[in-house]
Amino acid sequence: MKVRFLVPAGALAALVVLFALGLTRDPSKIPSPLIGKPAPAFNLPTPEGGRLDVDSLRGQVVLVNFWASWCTPCLEEHPLLMELARSGVKIVGMNYKNDLPAAQQWLARHGNPFSVIAQDQDGRVGLDWGVYGVPETFVVDASGVIRHKHVGPLTRAAWQAEIAPLLPSS
Amino acid sequence: MTRVLAALVLVAGVAAAQDAAPEAEARYYALIAELRCLVCQNQSIAESNAPLAADLREQVRAQIAAGRSDAEIIDFLTARYGDFVRYRPAFEGMTVLLWLGPFVLLLAAGVVAVLFIKRSRRAPAPVAPDSQRLRALLDEKRP
Repeated sequence: MKVRFLVPAGALAALVVLFALGLTRDPSKIPSPLIGKPAPAFNLPTPEGGRLDVDSLRGQVVLVNFWASWCTPCLEEHPLLMELARSGVKIVGMNYKNDLPAAQQWLARHGNPFSVIAQDQDGRVGLDWGVYGVPETFVVDASGVIRHKHVGPLTRAAWQAEIAPLLPSS
Repeated sequence: MTRVLAALVLVAGVAAAQDAAPEAEARYYALIAELRCLVCQNQSIAESNAPLAADLREQVRAQIAAGRSDAEIIDFLTARYGDFVRYRPAFEGMTVLLWLGPFVLLLAAGVVAVLFIKRSRRAPAPVAPDSQRLRALLDEKRP
């Protein structure tokens, strides 16, 4: 007789665990289908008057950071990006839907962590990369494959747990 | 005069363009209603005011104009944003539970209900009243 009540009680316990796990996840972070795939092609102007294309990223692990001067959360991760840049991490800045003068002014004021900047004026490259809000940071390995995507301001915890292990230890 | 003529030509042109593509319009509205906005997550890109939704609508419109099929357009977006953009995700390994789960649950509930009813039918019938004793009791009460 007691076994009959164990079945629904067990089912309820399983549901509670499932929902509890669901509550710990952030629904605004949508997994990217691009992980493990080659970085989507682009060819964008740089502030210096040149072009930057996807093939020029190859040869070392780079962070590709979609950012804008109008983006407040970008300021939140900025000190960390500056620190990473100083420690030798190569960061590509994708100026997402943002005028170049505004971006340059912002960088002059807060410091420039980017080794190169590409101007994604209409956000078309952002769309190809599946960007839905700035800042977003991609880790692209030496062979040009996307290994990780971080949505929202990069934090030290996320850097240490998820991104640093993808970099060659030096 | 030339301005009026130009305006007339423009109006006629717009009307013609609209007439030429009622089917494309219908496809456009059907598609954007079933694509989900990633910023305002419980709105379709037809409903959302987010700049991203506007970009995605523009993509859908441009791709319809370029002659791409609905399936190609949906593939284009899922390749970038994942199954999340679809209000009707494809039936595949990851989504089997999503599509079949409710029916499995319904079936399980049905089985439990049938077992429950069968069990209650098999339960022993209430003890037959002793009619003689009942009669005696009734007679007793009779004035």
